[in-house]
Amino acid sequence: MNARWVGQDVPRVDGLEKVTGAARYTADVKLPRMLHAKVVRSPHPHARVRAVDLGKAARAPGVRAVASGQDFPFHVGIYLKDQTVFATDRVRFVGDAVAAVAAETPEAAEEAAALVEVEYEPLPALLDVRQGILPGAVLVHPQLGSYQKVPWITPEAGTNICNHLKVRKGDYEAALRGAAHVSENTFVVPQVQHVPMEVHVSAARVDLAGKLEVLTSAQSPFTVRHLLCACFNLSHGDVRVSVPQVGGGFGGKAGINLEPIATALALKIPGRWVRLLIDRAEEFYAAVVRQGLVATLVTGVDRQGKVVAQKMHYLWDCGAYGGYGVNVVRAAGYTCGGAYEFPNVCGDSIGVYTNRPVGSAYRGFGMQEIHWALEQQMDMVAHELGQDPVEFRLRNCLGPGKRTVTGQVLDEHAGRVDKCIHKVAEAFRRPLEEKPGLLRGRGLACAVKAPAMPNDAASSVLLKFCEDGVLEVLVSGIDYGQGLRTVAAQFAAEALGLPLHQIRVRNLPDTDLSPYDWQTVASRQTWATGNAVLKAAEKCKAQFFEMASQVLHAPVERLALEGGQVVDRGGQGSVPLTRMVMGYQFPDGHTIGGPVAAAAHHVPEGLLFLDPDTSQSAKPVAKWTFGAQGLEISVDPGTGQIQVDRVVACYDVGKVVNPGLIRGQTFGGVVQGLGTGLMEELKVDALTGRVRNASLVDYKIPTSEDLPGELEAHFVETPQADGPLGARGIGEHTMIPTPAALANALFDACGVRILDMPLTAEKVLRALQAKRAKE
Amino acid sequence: MTIAIQVTVNGQLEALEVEPHESLLGMLRERLDLTGAKEGCNEGECGACVVLLDGRAVNSCLVLAVEANGRAVTTIEGLGHAGALHPLQQAFLEHSAVQCGFCSPGMIMTALGLLNENPTPSEADIRQALSGNLCRCTGYRQIIDAVQAAAAALGAAGQAGRRP
Ligand code: FES
Ligand code: FES
Repeated sequence: MNARWVGQDVPRVDGLEKVTGAARYTADVKLPRMLHAKVVRSPHPHARVRAVDLGKAARAPGVRAVASGQDFPFHVGIYLKDQTVFATDRVRFVGDAVAAVAAETPEAAEEAAALVEVEYEPLPALLDVRQGILPGAVLVHPQLGSYQKVPWITPEAGTNICNHLKVRKGDYEAALRGAAHVSENTFVVPQVQHVPMEVHVSAARVDLAGKLEVLTSAQSPFTVRHLLCACFNLSHGDVRVSVPQVGGGFGGKAGINLEPIATALALKIPGRWVRLLIDRAEEFYAAVVRQGLVATLVTGVDRQGKVVAQKMHYLWDCGAYGGYGVNVVRAAGYTCGGAYEFPNVCGDSIGVYTNRPVGSAYRGFGMQEIHWALEQQMDMVAHELGQDPVEFRLRNCLGPGKRTVTGQVLDEHAGRVDKCIHKVAEAFRRPLEEKPGLLRGRGLACAVKAPAMPNDAASSVLLKFCEDGVLEVLVSGIDYGQGLRTVAAQFAAEALGLPLHQIRVRNLPDTDLSPYDWQTVASRQTWATGNAVLKAAEKCKAQFFEMASQVLHAPVERLALEGGQVVDRGGQGSVPLTRMVMGYQFPDGHTIGGPVAAAAHHVPEGLLFLDPDTSQSAKPVAKWTFGAQGLEISVDPGTGQIQVDRVVACYDVGKVVNPGLIRGQTFGGVVQGLGTGLMEELKVDALTGRVRNASLVDYKIPTSEDLPGELEAHFVETPQADGPLGARGIGEHTMIPTPAALANALFDACGVRILDMPLTAEKVLRALQAKRAKE
Repeated sequence: MTIAIQVTVNGQLEALEVEPHESLLGMLRERLDLTGAKEGCNEGECGACVVLLDGRAVNSCLVLAVEANGRAVTTIEGLGHAGALHPLQQAFLEHSAVQCGFCSPGMIMTALGLLNENPTPSEADIRQALSGNLCRCTGYRQIIDAVQAAAAALGAAGQAGRRP
């Protein structure tokens, strides 16, 4: 296909509504006679719930509904149903929902929530993941063995381990014994928060006929519906979930979040809308967070600088519930070696419950965390061997013909990390300018990620023409800014040869009306929905050709689509599409065909489960996206402050579908990566289990002042065999290598290594002082 | 107890009865259904709620509705619309400066406040002016480019400093 629209810098199709303020997010939607909800949350990290008395709250002025675990002891969770709508017998983190109230005003709800009386019996709390796997550790989920789960996760009853993936390839022990050099290091990543600008909000109403409607800021309306039905034992036909504009998700709005609590309250007061809008503080401690990680790596290298043995022990702090996080643990397992070919591997990815905030999906899905370890380790080993870190990476990286940790052999369509490394290294050739009083350095890190999703994760679309020839494209992925609507329009325009203004993407998904889509996660939408759009467009084309063949008396094989017409390449005739969009009428009045429309879906092909003991699988995931980033920094030796001067990012995306959008994904990811690398950390008090920095004052994210001086985005285009026009996912990958590249640049600048994220000025200064003291 | 106030909002004089503790943000969103300004934190830390008060950018979550009495408020809804976009809105579109869009109204209004005071800002001026407006999606690069482009466009059109 000679691309006319795909690859072009077309403006965002939903930009106009966003720059005019017309775009409506969940909290902007006026719901008639809406009630306001407030959740009663546990002040204890771990306690038995002796009694919950809702009496006073229920009688407070303006209160219309109250609910607790007594009414709704139902389990919920996407992969492991380890959570209930409200805590029943025990609370497991500071912020665990115990009850909720719905009242006429937010103030009345707030006051009534304070009147709910909960009798707690505090229990010893588990606040350090490393303690969680020791014998005799406090058990966060004594009932673990009884929870429902998907077959491909392996919780260990009687322990705090909610999932454990083992990767065994080759003979690690023997290879390690034969290694010329061995290096072992432990790296730490704290829990961090997504900090979407729009906090979580969900509204629900049960009408008098029993139909539940949910309006929610979510990444996955269909999965929300499915899980609500399972939780409350409802029929899918009786539940309607719709998602207005979403103000950022980054994984935090994947799966199911506030919807069950809003639903529980709505069930208590049929006919009334109940809206649960949490505040920014709750967003920090009660909404989901990114899991913490303690990673221990052992690398054995031969004399030529080839890694011969690699051990990876990933200990994940899943927090109080692992419903979603168990799959992060799994993804980190089958990707445990990152962008490298390790012939002999011993990998363990272990998810552990603690009494800390709930871990879940976060842009990168575990990959930034493991790359923090892997990419520093590669640098450290290279330096120990006196080798150039770039050469060392090139010698060991994955590529066509190489075998991943699960034994998958990559083919020529898999993407090329070596090309990305070269691109960054090339950009680094420019000499690093001296800056008076500052220490300059540069560092590089690679990245890889596959979509982590069930093997049958589907996206479907519906294409239908309007009377005036405009094509409506219904897609059900969430476009929270990554640009799904725009790329869906580009693919449709491309496939049908229509101008872009004749495409309207309809995308505020509503489970009653929209085609099915599993979830908007895993950087899968451009790829999955893009494929589905192309397939549906082919079906529309076939309908046009069938009509045109009769009109032009020409066989279908002779027809072509050109400039809004079906043309007979063997004869003279042509028919404009506009004459056929509602069916074609002959001069005598008889009509053939009908409104042109088609549905199509995309499901990944040929995915195979992992071997339960070794995780070997010839095709565990749909695709890999590789990349590399290089950072140039200046360190102030007096303060420890790191200034990022330049970032060079390069990814093999298969095909750049929209240059403006992909630059946006790259810049946004890099800056979010700098946030976790330099400043972000959820500070959980070691005694009380409370989050000490639950506000934007105390938890800083990057501002316009933190933006690097120079940002460059480069792309390699090795076409993905099953990608739409060769494209593969990129949304998450852009933040994966950034912190590790930063740490490597720090070492280059001043010879200090910091193994625990983030690289705050305070830590850098301390490391510099320690180094000076030694010298 | 409510208080009667008169505020000019996007050029229209509005007579309203507001609560003493009610924020300007709440008044705009709940009473006037002007939902362009967003609530991101309610404590002056995110800039999602920025509107112009007598031409100056303010966090409307920190301003009491009664403080707007007798003054002029401009929200994103008062700036431009399809077919007649303000150069800032146009530039945000052209530079892919919008992703989820939640921060965009506040960003645009803050940028307008800046251009009202300084029609030819440097990149450093823009970074500083926008530093109270958080954006989790874009990484700010394209937003800064858009503000620069809009400043140039307004300068060329000789309408820099236009005070709505
Ligand atoms: S809502 Fe006003 S600054 Fe955040
Ligand atoms: S575009 Fe999403 S917060 Fe700025």
